[in-house]
Amino acid sequence: MKSLLRPALSLFVLLSVLTGLIYPLAVTGTGQLLFPWQAKGSLLAVHGRPVGSALIGQNFTDPRHFWGRPSATSPQPYNGAASSGSNQGPLNPALTAAVESRIAVLRAADPGNHQPVPVDLVTASASGLDPDISLAAAHYQAARVARARGLPVEQVAALIERQAEWAWLGALGEPRINVLRLNLALDGREVKPLD
Amino acid sequence: MTTQSALLLTIYLAMLLATVKPLGTYLVKLMEAPCWRPLARIENGVFRLCGVGGEEMGWRQYALAVLVFSLVGFIAVYALLRLQMWLPLNPQQMPNVTPDSSFNTAVSFVTNTNWQGYGGEATLSYLTQMLGLAVQNFLSAATGIAVAFALIRGFARHSATTIGNFWADLYRITAYLLLPLSFVFALALASQGVIQNFSAYQEVTTLEPTAFEVPKLDTAGQPLLDAAGKPVTEAATTPAQTLPMGPIASQEAIKMLGTNGGGFLNANSAHPFENPTPLSNFLQMLAIFLVPAGLVYAFGKAAGDTRQGWAVLAAMTLLFVGAAIAATSFEQQGNPLLAALGTDQTASALQAGGNMEGKETRFGIAASGLFATITTAASCGAVNAMHDSFTPLGGLVPMVLIQLGEVVFGGTGSGLYGMLMYAILAVFVAGLMIGRTPEYLGKKIEAFDMKMVAIAILVTPALVLLGTAIAVSASAGTVGVANPGAHGFSEILYAFSSAANNNGSAFAGLSANTPFYNGWLGVAMWLGRFAVIVPALAIAGSLAAKKRLAQGPGTLPTHGPLFVGLLVGTVLLLGALTYVPALALGPAVEHLILWSGH
Repeated sequence: MKSLLRPALSLFVLLSVLTGLIYPLAVTGTGQLLFPWQAKGSLLAVHGRPVGSALIGQNFTDPRHFWGRPSATSPQPYNGAASSGSNQGPLNPALTAAVESRIAVLRAADPGNHQPVPVDLVTASASGLDPDISLAAAHYQAARVARARGLPVEQVAALIERQAEWAWLGALGEPRINVLRLNLALDGREVKPLD
Repeated sequence: MTTQSALLLTIYLAMLLATVKPLGTYLVKLMEAPCWRPLARIENGVFRLCGVGGEEMGWRQYALAVLVFSLVGFIAVYALLRLQMWLPLNPQQMPNVTPDSSFNTAVSFVTNTNWQGYGGEATLSYLTQMLGLAVQNFLSAATGIAVAFALIRGFARHSATTIGNFWADLYRITAYLLLPLSFVFALALASQGVIQNFSAYQEVTTLEPTAFEVPKLDTAGQPLLDAAGKPVTEAATTPAQTLPMGPIASQEAIKMLGTNGGGFLNANSAHPFENPTPLSNFLQMLAIFLVPAGLVYAFGKAAGDTRQGWAVLAAMTLLFVGAAIAATSFEQQGNPLLAALGTDQTASALQAGGNMEGKETRFGIAASGLFATITTAASCGAVNAMHDSFTPLGGLVPMVLIQLGEVVFGGTGSGLYGMLMYAILAVFVAGLMIGRTPEYLGKKIEAFDMKMVAIAILVTPALVLLGTAIAVSASAGTVGVANPGAHGFSEILYAFSSAANNNGSAFAGLSANTPFYNGWLGVAMWLGRFAVIVPALAIAGSLAAKKRLAQGPGTLPTHGPLFVGLLVGTVLLLGALTYVPALALGPAVEHLILWSGH
């Protein structure tokens, strides 16, 4: 037994130092050198003041802004300190009730719009922090945003086209748009990466 | 299945299979001492310092070393969790973790399961994450690979009494394989936006303030209830958002490469800070299968016939492709109840469509369905979508892959030794049918070997079914269920399947951070790991001692399509015989209800 304990303990300590201290510190040093902005959270700034992360969604309810995915984090939606999905199963009555009320809110904000609602706009994301919506969900909201801002709808649609992201090689990724960046552009804010 | 899903699966398989031969060849070299002089010199110094002798071990000693080393790891992680409040690198001042959650978490990470009853960003200090959990991500993966090495040696050797030295295997796998791969992969992830820092969580002022309802608490801190028993809430508003920080990229890399799967953050690989882009997602999927696939090739090469490795790999690939197509198709079909409400779930040039509840926009259906298949085919358990919100049959696929024992590529090491148990069973069944003594790779399969195979294959179904039975009959087990009806049963069945097979993913609606679940699932994880490893090592020892028989006219060839079919059939038959009744009560019933009237 003693012949097992010594290697067990000493190898454990040695490998812990190697993989638990030296390795993460080496990745931190190299990562911050090569990708400083990403390593610190891809923060965006307006006039040098952080307004959020390009990767983390925010809660929008103003009709003048595009709205993001519903978020199941608690207590508030888009709570960055407690990521979470709803974990509601497909038959759960709470899910159908939630989707029904989200559709009602969208319809009330845009009475003339009778199109079917793109599904991602009324279903909670996995993280509760999804930064994107589908392009279908963006176009669905374009008329409402344009009306609330007194802009021609073509101008809003053109902004969507400019900021749209597509699947890479037709396989990687989905047609989508970053809601925070889109709204910052709508507000005419000059956004810079925060370093 | 959409064109995009098919294309993604094709690219994925092509890239994975391209890595198999080079990595497998490297793995065979890793089973011996390094030939590069400076490396050998450092290694000798380390071994002298640590009291590692040059002599090899028999299977009993090898197994004992695995157990002792895992126990040391368990104690260290448990201690870190219980003491983190007083230790450095805790900018959020996280308190110590409760005893039952610490027990569960320590077992979970030592057994390569990474089941998580807690939410990372709200529970753990940076020190606990990197020095406790990430270390076990390396060491539990290395342990699994070491056991696979020992079993490979059992096949490759004849008339031998030893199967290698655990300490040397452990050190070489960690230092020459997992560390360099993780370093490169961590930087690739960082380039995509996975964070890597030691800052405190950041507050940012959001574009719009967020209005929400908070439950009112009484003086004892319990939620206040109104006359109807509903919690009383009050309106609140916040102008800010808290962004979690931490050394995530380094942990994320080994989380995938070691098929561990334990997220730094609660939402795991669905969180944009863990998995920010479609490319990072693709690389993560590749990382899960990388080592398991390479090991299968290494098995064939070390045993002296690479065709044997390719045959096993073919069986795995067949099962995998079938599962991936099924999972993706069911999720793309969407939810008929939501369609009836007036949502558009059709895939188009502008949206992924399908069942988007619990999925991220950037991954859509194609990358979520594929990820779910990979993570449960392997013993990874990381998730980029919430399996609890999958359609009944879409969620059935990951559950079944786990229940088959995670032998479709499987975990690092555990996938190969698990599948070889099935391979031995398959030749045994074939031997019975033609009335000859079964043999595999020139080794006669005898009574002792079959007993060990039986233990290794039957121990996890026993844990899953007994555990589920106990949980559904105890109020402590049913109280945590989040979804009503058949889906609630599925949540419990999934939890025990995941724990006993060391997967770690969950139907996460189940509130499992209770003494009941922390305790029982902890026991299931420990037995599910080591009650398979010990028999596998016993077989390794038994095979190594045997002579190698020459192939005769009555030998069943184990490198052709016949054997591939036999192996796939054995895996599916055993899985079906064990789990069909339980699955009928959960996902099958749910599917019938969901689509009744549509």
